[in-house]
Amino acid sequence: MLSYAFTDEQEDLRQMVREFAQAEVEPLIEDAERDEKFPVEIIPKLGELGLLGIVFPEEYGGIGLDKITECIFVEEMAKVSAGITASVNAHADLAAFPIYKFGSDEQKEKYLPRSIAGEIIGAYAITEPNTGSDAAGLATRADKKNGGYVLNGRKNFITNGTICDYCLVAAYTDKSTRGEGISVFIVDRDTPGFEVTRKLEKMGHRSSDTAELVFEDCEVPEESLLGGKEGAFTALMEALITGRVSHGVKSAAIAEAAFEAARQYATEREAFGRSLSKFQAVRFKLADMATRIESAKALAYKAAWLYSTGRPCVKEASMAKFYSAEVAEYVTREAVQIHGGYGYIVEYPVERYYRDAKLASITEGTSEIQQLIIGKEIGL
Amino acid sequence: MKIAVCVKEVPDAGPAKRMDPDTLRADRSGDRSLNDFDLNAVETALRMKEEAGDGEVVLVSMGPDRALESMRKGLGMGADRAVLVTDEAAVGSDLIATSKVLAKALEREEPDVVLFGQQASDGDGAVLWSAVADRLRMPVISQIAEIDMSGGEVSAKRQTEFGYDRISAPLPAVLAVSDAINEPRFPSLKGIMQAKKKPQETLSLADLGVGADSAGTAGSRTTVSALSDPPSRGETLTIEDDGSGAEKLLDYLVERKLV
Repeated sequence: MLSYAFTDEQEDLRQMVREFAQAEVEPLIEDAERDEKFPVEIIPKLGELGLLGIVFPEEYGGIGLDKITECIFVEEMAKVSAGITASVNAHADLAAFPIYKFGSDEQKEKYLPRSIAGEIIGAYAITEPNTGSDAAGLATRADKKNGGYVLNGRKNFITNGTICDYCLVAAYTDKSTRGEGISVFIVDRDTPGFEVTRKLEKMGHRSSDTAELVFEDCEVPEESLLGGKEGAFTALMEALITGRVSHGVKSAAIAEAAFEAARQYATEREAFGRSLSKFQAVRFKLADMATRIESAKALAYKAAWLYSTGRPCVKEASMAKFYSAEVAEYVTREAVQIHGGYGYIVEYPVERYYRDAKLASITEGTSEIQQLIIGKEIGL
Repeated sequence: MKIAVCVKEVPDAGPAKRMDPDTLRADRSGDRSLNDFDLNAVETALRMKEEAGDGEVVLVSMGPDRALESMRKGLGMGADRAVLVTDEAAVGSDLIATSKVLAKALEREEPDVVLFGQQASDGDGAVLWSAVADRLRMPVISQIAEIDMSGGEVSAKRQTEFGYDRISAPLPAVLAVSDAINEPRFPSLKGIMQAKKKPQETLSLADLGVGADSAGTAGSRTTVSALSDPPSRGETLTIEDDGSGAEKLLDYLVERKLV
């Protein structure tokens, strides 16, 4: 049996997030994009509505729903602001979720309820100035000292780096085994030796904070080791599949926002005595854009469904992230084109969608990495 | 305290609203939602209940049975249950017939307070609360911008064109709140998940003891005789701005002694 129907509750959630994003997120975008500052005040509001705890169990203040439901939230938020959504996802998918999945009971107690309520913000740091896709090539070290560890290294492109209250940090505890020897630490922001050295200026996603972090003789207690054991990194990387599913939906949503703007512009703007939408060249473009968005969403929600029902989805999650990124770039480019000169003007939102879309094929595993994974999954 | 909130499902706000030329009624075939003005009334009710520490908030409506879908929004915000009067014989009710049906449904609830939004965004009648209050023989205060329920009575600040009226009334009373009274909350995700499980009752006209001849078209005192587009505005002038647009506009206004 095949069904594409969302439940009534999911439809109601979509409506609620749509209204929330219009009323509470939209007015923040202009300042946040201009000043490159994530509006942190949105986090407790999302927490209050239960939107940061969609997939987390009730015992930590979550709602205990599935990935599909979370994707609906991501989709409606990303249609309004990809940047703000990126920070929210980094907090929920990359920081809080690994703690839920791999953390000790004490760690869950300490971080989850407050993360879900939006009282504290998390970040997640793997990438380094000289290591991106080759995550196992990271240079940050964690050496045993006084019953705890001391961290030394640099992390780069860290979403929420400047605003986080805690950060998950990947570091080698055993340099003799590549990859396997990497452990993950939950480091509180006020730990001496944890410095935010630079906020990075970006092409798009400007309403999300991205930072460079430095750990210099940063001493952390043994209890900060995620799950209480060394070498948790490989398992954690596998768990990040949930983030890829979210990206599949998020990128399709950026495309949809751009498409909607272009569709509206094409029906309102006139040239040679009739509306743009009456010209076959424009109509074909819009039909093509709409079709690609529809297929990107179908693939992303299929991945979400596989994930939600506990089925394997390594291939589909990578396909969704990869394909939606392609669609986002294509659709946003065409949306700018349909707008003509106005598409290049900051007053219209399509240029922002265009810039935002470019990140989709780079962040959390480039499109090339996704293609490598897909290649492996199809038996190559 | 028991609070009844009268709500209505309306066609989605936006430019697509239209009248159906065949039935001479609003076209309700498109997307629908709970009347925005009613959200202020639901919010008022929830705050009254929160301040009182206990109580019950009941949503009361008349409409097609699918209207329960729109009413779920109010349940998601925190209302306790929903009552919907739905009956083929009620289709086409005007304000008079609707007030009769709603009053019967409200009598059954015996609320301490009956809340209304200021108007429905489809018909924009803004008088239903007054007709219902008359049928229930209750005092009514409309266009309420502030409300105080302490001391077993209601004291309200009513917005008028020239300022505010301060009005007190004993309970039970019918209260129509303005859209300036509050910012309605969003239904939380937890609220949305609980909404469908909350009691939702549908009643027929017979359940309320309302005869088919007192509702619907039969029970209505008004009829829509015809629909027509608004008359055109007559001659219009388009000024292309070639740098002297403002000047031309000003000349035009001066010429007609409008400035």
